[in-house]
Amino acid sequence: MITLEAVHKSFGPKRVLRGVDLTIPKGESMVIIGGSGTGKSVMLKSVLGLVTPDQGKISVDGQDVTHAQIGRDRDAFLARFGMLFQGGALFDSLTVWQNVAFRLLRGSLKRPKAEAREIAIEKLRRVGLTPDVADLFPSELSGGMQKRVGLARAIAAEPEIIFFDEPTTGLDPIMSGVINDLIREIVVEMGATAMTITHDMTSVRAIADKVAMLHDGVIKWTGPIAQMDESGDPYLDQFIHGRAEGPIEAVR
Amino acid sequence: MTALTTPLAHLGRAVLAFLAVTGRVAIFAFDGLTHVFRPPFYLREFLTALLHIGWLSLPVVGLTAFFTGGALALQIYAGGARFSAEAVVPQIVAIGMVRELGPVLVGLMIAARVTSSIAAEIATMKVTEQIDALVTLSTHPMKYLTAPRVLAALIVVPLLVGIGDIIGIYGGYIVGTQQLGFNPASYIKNTVDFLEFSDIFSSMVKGCAFGGIAATMGCYFGMQSGRGAQGVGQATKASVQAAAVLILAANFLLTSVFFAS
Ligand SMILES: Nc1ncnc2c1ncn2[C@@H]1O[C@H](COP(=O)(O)OP(=O)(O)O)[C@@H](O)[C@H]1O
Ligand SMILES: [Mg+2]
Repeated sequence: MITLEAVHKSFGPKRVLRGVDLTIPKGESMVIIGGSGTGKSVMLKSVLGLVTPDQGKISVDGQDVTHAQIGRDRDAFLARFGMLFQGGALFDSLTVWQNVAFRLLRGSLKRPKAEAREIAIEKLRRVGLTPDVADLFPSELSGGMQKRVGLARAIAAEPEIIFFDEPTTGLDPIMSGVINDLIREIVVEMGATAMTITHDMTSVRAIADKVAMLHDGVIKWTGPIAQMDESGDPYLDQFIHGRAEGPIEAVR
Repeated sequence: MTALTTPLAHLGRAVLAFLAVTGRVAIFAFDGLTHVFRPPFYLREFLTALLHIGWLSLPVVGLTAFFTGGALALQIYAGGARFSAEAVVPQIVAIGMVRELGPVLVGLMIAARVTSSIAAEIATMKVTEQIDALVTLSTHPMKYLTAPRVLAALIVVPLLVGIGDIIGIYGGYIVGTQQLGFNPASYIKNTVDFLEFSDIFSSMVKGCAFGGIAATMGCYFGMQSGRGAQGVGQATKASVQAAAVLILAANFLLTSVFFAS
């Protein structure tokens, strides 16, 4: 279970998170929606310790991780996580399969090279990529393919907690469908806890158990996906129907 | 009153900012060094760094040293002729190259070539979230990126300096024997007889220090990079500036330690 309590984060004068409260129960799929630039990525990164909150508390399974430093404990903590970055964040000095198998080639999860490669190719297949991309470099792939390699890397070590930052942005509708199914499968089959950021309402309906909407630095609404359409919340309604008119200003 | 104090305030702020940066760099350098000696070690990264910092720098180091050695021989000959001391060319070229110009020029070339490329590479990794990705994959960026590069530079730059010294002396030898009429055998004998172990030792120590500075500055400014392409450009510029100035300052310091007694 992941809990955020009154998390604040500013970058200089820009107050991005202004008291985020959110709970993600174990084994559930939480989808975060909200306008671009509202701090969704910053929120994910603060759970991972990549961004240190100015105030508030973040805990994972009851353990306070707000100010965890990089070190042995942190490695053990991070070994339970998989993260797909918004831009893919593939290592461009390594080939595709070495990216996917990064964790399996070094550190505590290290295994023989041939085995790591096999697992990488299997994960690539699961995100709809053929084995012949394995030996290419990330710069030789299209944006959507890079995204899927990033996804394969995030799930390669079968983490218990997975964060997806805009997994379907830049993919065609069919590939989006494949990725949505995959995320759903990971949550159901592996019992993983997932937190997904997306703007794609089809994705939201396909993968969410619960939805949370971030606006103005706070969680404006959160609840089960079934209640999303009848929430009566004007912010949420405007967002899910994509209306230009409403309480959320179009110019931010 | 303010007209008087404002420049002072500016100066004060600049000094404080400089001290703060120096402190942060020192902490970073120390942190980087401790990671050099603590596992896990990344052999592949280390070998790649050796290749880039050492082997691929050879052409530029060789050319720089060769031309400088040649020019040095010409200058010393012309200068020495004023008080009929032309004969000292081999000795002064040797001492000038080994004690000062070899290490300094190699250091500056490494700052231009290696510091800039390390800073740009790491800054790009920072900007494209690759550093964050490393952390989430339980890999310490200081260990994976900084330690192999710093260690490689500490080992390989002294070797480059040694090679630079030899090629510089050879440049002087070519000019001396082809153009200035020195006898080849006595030129070599004069060089070898004149150089002392302490000259060569100081050259190596300088190379080690300058290599460490060059790699550390590249890593530090890369890791500190701001966002976007502009951030990468800034980081690269700042790293080369800092490395060059620090190398020259360290050279002065080391020369005082070794030779001013
Ligand atoms: N490292 C950083 N330094 C400065 N500003 C940042 C940083 N990371 C994010 N921001 C700012 O925080 C805001 C929220 O960013 P982000 O979380 O990426 O938005 P999104 O909701 O689209 O994912 C943006 O205005 C961004 O400019
Ligand atoms: Mg984002």
